[in-house]
Amino acid sequence: MDEIMSKNNSEYLIERNDNVYEVVIGLEVHAQVTSNSKLFSSSSTKFGAEPNTQVSLVDAAFPGMLPVINEFCVKQAIKTGIGLKAKINNKSVFDRKNYFYADLPQGYQISQYKYPIVGEGNVILDMPEGQKQVGIERLHLEQDAGKSIHDIDPSNTLVDLNRSGVALMEIVSKPDLRSPDEVNYYIKKLRCIMRYLGTCDGNMQEGSLRADVNVSVRVKGSTDLGTRCEIKNVNSIKFMQMAIIYEANRQVDLIEEGQEIDQETRLFDTKKNETRSMRSKEDAHDYRYFPDPDLLPLEVTDEFIDKLKSEIPELPDDKKKRFIDEFKVSPYDATILVSDIDTAKYFEEVVAKMGKNRDMKLAVNWITGELFAVLNEKNIEISQSPISAKNLAKLINLIKNGTISGKIAKTIFELMLDGDIDPQIIVEEKGLKQESDPKALEALIDKIINDNREKAIEYKQGKEKLFGFFVGQAMKASGGKANPQLINEILKKKL
Amino acid sequence: MSEITSLTLYELIKNIKEKKISSNEAAKSFVDRAEKSKKINVYVTENFENCLKLSKKFDDKPNFDLKLPGIPIAVKDLFCTNEVRTTAGSNILNNFVPTYESTVTQNIWNEGGILLGKLNCDEFAMGSSNETSFFGNVQNPIAEDLVPGGSSGGSSAALAANLTPVTIGTDTGGSIRQPASFTGTVGLKPTYGSCSRYGIVAFASSLDQAGPMSKNVKDSSILLEVISSFDKKDSTSIDFKRNNYSSELTRNIKGLKIGIPKEYRVDGMPDEIEKLWKKGIEYAKDCGAEIIDISLPHTSYALPTYYIVAPAEASSNLARYDGVKYGLRSSGKNLIDMYEKTRSEGFGEEVKRRVMIGTYVLSSGYYDAYYLKAQKVRQLIKQDFDQAYNKVDAILTPSTPSSAFKIGEKSNDPVSMYLNDIFTVPVNLAGLPGISIPAGVDKNNYPLGLQIIGKPFDEQTVLNIAYSMEEKINYKNNITDWWMK
Repeated sequence: MDEIMSKNNSEYLIERNDNVYEVVIGLEVHAQVTSNSKLFSSSSTKFGAEPNTQVSLVDAAFPGMLPVINEFCVKQAIKTGIGLKAKINNKSVFDRKNYFYADLPQGYQISQYKYPIVGEGNVILDMPEGQKQVGIERLHLEQDAGKSIHDIDPSNTLVDLNRSGVALMEIVSKPDLRSPDEVNYYIKKLRCIMRYLGTCDGNMQEGSLRADVNVSVRVKGSTDLGTRCEIKNVNSIKFMQMAIIYEANRQVDLIEEGQEIDQETRLFDTKKNETRSMRSKEDAHDYRYFPDPDLLPLEVTDEFIDKLKSEIPELPDDKKKRFIDEFKVSPYDATILVSDIDTAKYFEEVVAKMGKNRDMKLAVNWITGELFAVLNEKNIEISQSPISAKNLAKLINLIKNGTISGKIAKTIFELMLDGDIDPQIIVEEKGLKQESDPKALEALIDKIINDNREKAIEYKQGKEKLFGFFVGQAMKASGGKANPQLINEILKKKL
Repeated sequence: MSEITSLTLYELIKNIKEKKISSNEAAKSFVDRAEKSKKINVYVTENFENCLKLSKKFDDKPNFDLKLPGIPIAVKDLFCTNEVRTTAGSNILNNFVPTYESTVTQNIWNEGGILLGKLNCDEFAMGSSNETSFFGNVQNPIAEDLVPGGSSGGSSAALAANLTPVTIGTDTGGSIRQPASFTGTVGLKPTYGSCSRYGIVAFASSLDQAGPMSKNVKDSSILLEVISSFDKKDSTSIDFKRNNYSSELTRNIKGLKIGIPKEYRVDGMPDEIEKLWKKGIEYAKDCGAEIIDISLPHTSYALPTYYIVAPAEASSNLARYDGVKYGLRSSGKNLIDMYEKTRSEGFGEEVKRRVMIGTYVLSSGYYDAYYLKAQKVRQLIKQDFDQAYNKVDAILTPSTPSSAFKIGEKSNDPVSMYLNDIFTVPVNLAGLPGISIPAGVDKNNYPLGLQIIGKPFDEQTVLNIAYSMEEKINYKNNITDWWMK
């Protein structure tokens, strides 16, 4: 593959012969609404239950059963719309999308087609080379289908309806994405916003977030859109990226060979790392959409929307700005800190517990450095951190006020992991308090200089590298507890 | 005292409350008569044993405060009844036993009613003669080999044959009023949103409405009071203040303005219908009403509009009958083959025809020309009524363009069958209340009905006019029990 990555490290271009192509990507993200019950019934939505144990008569489409809208799901969709800085529509309509499948009990999916609950909005991506705005076309509510299981029984397909009727938000982006990298940032930002809002947990392993990926290519510089292919139901960012790379190259190859691209629906085969045709435009389903006569148009007042607006927490973009302005955190650090609501919460708690004499730089470094390393190693979320924000703040304060050195702090940090132990107690119990008495240190240094006369002479003659040797000896002699700053000062004076 | 089975609902309630008749005696009488009336084929599923048991239970611990104290009642087989088979007249639900109860029937049982059995109807309520039922034709008690109307044909026949004191039907395009008209009984379709659709096998959701069918107007008012309720389980149910229809029933309609729509004088309408209508106008005047000529200009578009909207919704509503979850399943080589075989064997001709029409009118490329246009026309039809109601309190029309016809006479001519609904469908399209009351007979002595259409939620005025005219008309069915001979 002779694709090239330009210096702009998130740009993705494909070069063939003398042509340079760019890829145009739009995503239809299906995000499961965080809600205890389904969109039109009171069945539970809990993940991982025994098959067909969370199915009401409505979900299984028994004769005479009628859908009743779950107000909570409507609120969640509106909140998400607010988070996407989108227009909330006062009136939206649930349509029926008609098709037959064994895991679709009604024979139609209830989905908002013509009149979605949320209109145009946008999402800001924080890319390493700067920000990029991605347009949102719409967000609508719809029911999930059940699950067909083909690999349990050799001659039958089994159906699990637990997921049938669960509320999904379909979030449709404009074709504004240009690379697999941007897709990564986009999905992560969407998930981040929804997690802040508590409207979708974004758990891709459990299928709470999936996407249909629309891909087309065009010669760079062109403003026309090429014929697109839709890759259905991809359930991880990695697979989305792989599918896009495969599909974009396939399309470029076709164009270079002088062939047409068929507008079609394709599937991504994760084992073979390729996309395959599922159905062409000619075979496309005629879904016979029409307004569901069992449901009235969904009408929400401005007051209803305003009330929800007042319940919206501080969102990542605003939080980032505040961290920069108020805490003087660098934009780079702020982006990392706000990228996950729990990290942001943890950071803010640390800041609060540090008190007046707080050191932001130390706090950021300890969280994104030592703490993240531990979380990664243990493969846990910050919400399950073995060290509480309170105790991390104490540790940072101990460094800040000179009680312990950064080096000692690392030792203490390791000890704290075993049951979130108060660092103050560790310092006292292990006698790790930093030696900051100049007289004691002077005596210690005098002895070292005396013991290493020749090296001291060499240093004086200009071998400055030897300074580090003396620092090391002093630290060693003090059992690592000597205040490094004082050691430096005294050594400079004495040598 | 006359026979128990020929009593009106009101009379039966009175007798039970006065302990002159026990609930069990009443149940026995209806069961006995049903055993002798198998020939008219009103029952799809009998609940006789259970009914007798429950009536005894009622007598042991009677509660006379209830509105239907221990009254045995048979209902159309479109209402889901807990643990009692519910077929909707279709092979595809031949073996279907619900584990739940429709709101309307639950309301009846809550007031002391006891289920006698499930009454025959056109398959999924699609038909005007009960001939599309998988469970066979129903005989009109008026005369042999005469259709009882449809789709609530089992209900109308059971009423006319004194097999139930009162009953409920559903009306999507005339399915309560037309069979009432064909059998000399009373049938009321309430305002859309008055009776919950929860637990009623759906035909066309935006038109379906349950309603009472009875031997006289008073009985309909009693039953409406029981079945009409706001129900959160039906999103189209409307929370309006419901009258005490039976106690507010009055024959004083002096000064009420009744409209006569000129567009209902359709081409080819038999003379006797025209005469009946004129007679009806005279009766209304006699009752003190003021007659006003009105226009409902879009009337002629109602039938084509209905035959787009109703099949469209039906095609989607019936998609759930796929052999996967319940009901009939035919075996097939694969999923698609199973679907095709199940639905081919499970559905009858008329249902298939409507599913195909509905699928067609919703197809991309045709949607705008048919479904969307039909919805626009539907609004115009509704506006016609809104404007008329600025001038009048109610509207008087014939119920049907003809009397009952012979079994088989129209079953191969869908269009002429559809024309039966010409006076009733506009009412469904506009969501209005409408009642059919018997008003006379044709040359064969077959009953003919008049329809009174009211303002939305104004069932009380509709009932009052019907109650008042009923007295003047003084119609009596002449049922000879021919099927027992």
